[in-house]
Amino acid sequence: MLSKENAADVFDRIRRMSAADEVEVIFNSSRFALTRFANNIIHQNVEEENSVVSIRTNFGGRSARATTNQFDDESLRRAVAASESLAKVQANDPDLLPMPTAQEAGGDTRAVKIPARFFEQTASVTPGSRADVVKRMAMVADRHALTTAGIYSISSSGEAIFNSRGLAKWHDQTSAEISITMLGADSSGWQKFNSPDVGNLNPQHLAETAAEKAAQSAHPRELAPGKYTVILEPAAVLDIVGVIFYDFSGVALLDQRSFLNGRVGTKLFGENINISDDVMHPLQSGSPFDGEGMQRQRLQLVENGVIKQIAFARATAKKVLASEFARKVGPVIPTGHGFALPNEVGEMPMNIVFESPENANARGEIQSIDQMISSTERGVYVTRLWYIREVDPYEKITTGMTRDGTFLVENGKIESGIRNFRFNESVISMLSNVESMGVPVRASGEESFDMVVPAMKVNDFNFTEVTKF
Amino acid sequence: MKATAKIALDAASMREVTYADARAVYTKARALTTKNGLVSHASESESLGIAVRVIVDGAWGFAATAELDSAAIRTTAHRAIEIAKASARVKKENVRLASEPPAVAEWTSPYDVDPFSTSVENNLELLLQVDAEIRSNAGVTLAETGMNFQREESWFLSSEGADIHQTKFTTGAGYTAHAFAGSEIQKRSYPNSFGGQWQNCGYELLDEMKLVENARRIGDEAVALHHADQCPEGPRTIILDGSQLGLQIHESIGHPIELDRVLGMEANFAGTSFLTLEKLSKLRYGSELVNVVADARQEHGPGLGTFAYDDEGVAAQSTPIISKGRFSGYLSSRETAHTIGATRSGGTSRAEGWNRLPMIRMTNVSILPGDQPLTLEQLIASTDDGIYMETNKSWSIDDKRYNFQFGCEIAWEIKHGKRTRMLKNPSYSGITTEFWNSMDAICSRDEWVLWGTPNCGKGQPQQVVGTGHGASPARFRNVKVGTAYKGS
Repeated sequence: MLSKENAADVFDRIRRMSAADEVEVIFNSSRFALTRFANNIIHQNVEEENSVVSIRTNFGGRSARATTNQFDDESLRRAVAASESLAKVQANDPDLLPMPTAQEAGGDTRAVKIPARFFEQTASVTPGSRADVVKRMAMVADRHALTTAGIYSISSSGEAIFNSRGLAKWHDQTSAEISITMLGADSSGWQKFNSPDVGNLNPQHLAETAAEKAAQSAHPRELAPGKYTVILEPAAVLDIVGVIFYDFSGVALLDQRSFLNGRVGTKLFGENINISDDVMHPLQSGSPFDGEGMQRQRLQLVENGVIKQIAFARATAKKVLASEFARKVGPVIPTGHGFALPNEVGEMPMNIVFESPENANARGEIQSIDQMISSTERGVYVTRLWYIREVDPYEKITTGMTRDGTFLVENGKIESGIRNFRFNESVISMLSNVESMGVPVRASGEESFDMVVPAMKVNDFNFTEVTKF
Repeated sequence: MKATAKIALDAASMREVTYADARAVYTKARALTTKNGLVSHASESESLGIAVRVIVDGAWGFAATAELDSAAIRTTAHRAIEIAKASARVKKENVRLASEPPAVAEWTSPYDVDPFSTSVENNLELLLQVDAEIRSNAGVTLAETGMNFQREESWFLSSEGADIHQTKFTTGAGYTAHAFAGSEIQKRSYPNSFGGQWQNCGYELLDEMKLVENARRIGDEAVALHHADQCPEGPRTIILDGSQLGLQIHESIGHPIELDRVLGMEANFAGTSFLTLEKLSKLRYGSELVNVVADARQEHGPGLGTFAYDDEGVAAQSTPIISKGRFSGYLSSRETAHTIGATRSGGTSRAEGWNRLPMIRMTNVSILPGDQPLTLEQLIASTDDGIYMETNKSWSIDDKRYNFQFGCEIAWEIKHGKRTRMLKNPSYSGITTEFWNSMDAICSRDEWVLWGTPNCGKGQPQQVVGTGHGASPARFRNVKVGTAYKGS
């Protein structure tokens, strides 16, 4: 893998090769391993090592990018030439800003440094130890007469950005992840967890929980579609709410493709909904700088249901301030959420943290999933959602399916497994109908990025069809 | 790079290794986009690396690297062996590969104009011309255009003697007009959503697409949708345009016929399939008019699933999937072929790039056109009461591929054989086999287009590859329409 020193050396070489007014280089270097299992055996087992250098050159108001994963002089020269020739043929863009200086990009201005996200014990996991973990999870499946499928992955990565105005930033990270499905004859259960520290993974617990769900949802009943009270596990919450965060973007507002156009400052969700974006949160992951090297700032996206703040890349903030939206979208400052330039979408918050409202516990609004179930007369308990797609971009109606552990709750107890439902539900309505929620945890799904989210009990969730299993 | 692949293969050829292959891949790509009259993205990229795949003790190991010096390649080959030994600790049976005569071959996908030989200035000029046409209607609030080229060159060597060098060009382009007004965002895309039309061919695709000629209409339609009536709810006759039918095939035929899904190998992520093994040659999948093939051969057309050899070195084939409505075939690989009693792989293993494991992927899964001459206008003229829907907007299907729901960008009501009022927010839903059994007409060859789906995701780590889907417009009876907005 590329070291910080190697990256600095490569940046110097690239800088000397380029005749551009400004040069920016982004490095991504990773070692990734994934052991995949199905039918209680390992059927795929892979490892890869790759480093990518991405070069942006600026000529006045013209900018373009070229990327390569080869670091010899010839390859780098070719990438520099490609970036320069792509930039030179463009018309001048008056909105393109000079690259940020180190001072403008900011360091860690907060008293608390970023939590440790690189763990040697994660980086050093071997194929043999991954196989041992999988074997123990397969034994859980055998013991319950179930079939298991899933993954155990390990990665270590380095991410850096340098520019010719003196900016140089580096971030190291590791990640360990297990996702496991247990399958019975007519049922299934699922669990997933990841952490920078492999020591936080509990494979046995994940396997046992998935197995319990598979057993409990056996012989599913068919329920009629309709509006139900639902209890959503954190992974199900993050997968459905994930669609809204692309719209907390200044460019999305300028483009008038955001559901927040005309709604910033209004109360859109329930009083109990508070959402921030905070890369420094101890349960979050990722680098503390954005695609231009700007320090990521904490944003209060939603406060007591009111849309408060939007993410702005540097150029977006300038454009919004000069636009009709300047006074309609909350505070307009560069927030450190921009994607690498040039790009079409600008920025978005990707370190989402749902927060418990003040005194929520005292009011009984913080509940465990068991408490949510015991307080439900009739409802549906959902483990996982799947294939979620946006149906209506402004009302944020989404469709998707339940999967891998869907249960009927009656009279405060799980009554039985049920056949999976299709939903068509507005996320705006959903977040206006949250009766109670759990303690926010780090969760990982399949349809959206990882977040810190709670389980939620939501009223009037709209199931429109039922499938055959 | 062949020499590099040979070093890898030699390094993997140890006594304990019963099978090995080495695959080196070089990819070059150009991506250009515009937005509201300005260039919004311009980039080029190159990626080069090599993967080694081995069977040791009856189990798989795979390792890949972008470091191409001899020492790094040997280390990678030895790492693949170490990984295979670890895999063997959690196995029940040895991997069984269907035999395949080792091919020695060179192949390049046909093209007239190498897209990388065209100037970026001309590429951008075309996109900006389209952009201006779209925005000639003041109601368009966002115009986005895009153009993508890719050249992929691969070298495949195996311990069985395969030596295959393939070069493939991919070209894609398209645009979208958005119109925001009141509390509604409407959009229209051309010639399809997902970035437009994509094929394995050269720049000549751009000339065929008539991008500029259609741009003004697309902008006008995006704005007109704001004044259209809401698509009604209830059972209706529907006609789908070829691009939407292509995605319907992708989701409700292409994925469920993947044999690895059927065997549970994708259960944790992509899911399984309702097409369990006992259904082969027995299940009535669709009406008599439904004939579907999975065809990777060049003669099927320049689809995103066209090649000469798959990434296991198996020659491209055409497999009947549905024959006169009867389910007749799966997509298979060397490892899975024996589970359906086949002696040879169907040749559908593909990898996203040098750093990914080949797995069963759709090739060109296409519905064959009708035998009798039938244009779209004739099909509409023969429909008394129905809804014609165009261009996908949303898509979702359960993890066994039974229950689906699709939204389209635009629709028109058909009354007494005439296309009448425009309808907004059209959607339809159903159960896969019930839907395909309701097909009672399909247009003929003149209306058949080999559509490209560039964004098919599968596997862990996820691999995104392109697939091809030939389709002509078709009619379906008694389909549930409008459920997406029910209760909203």
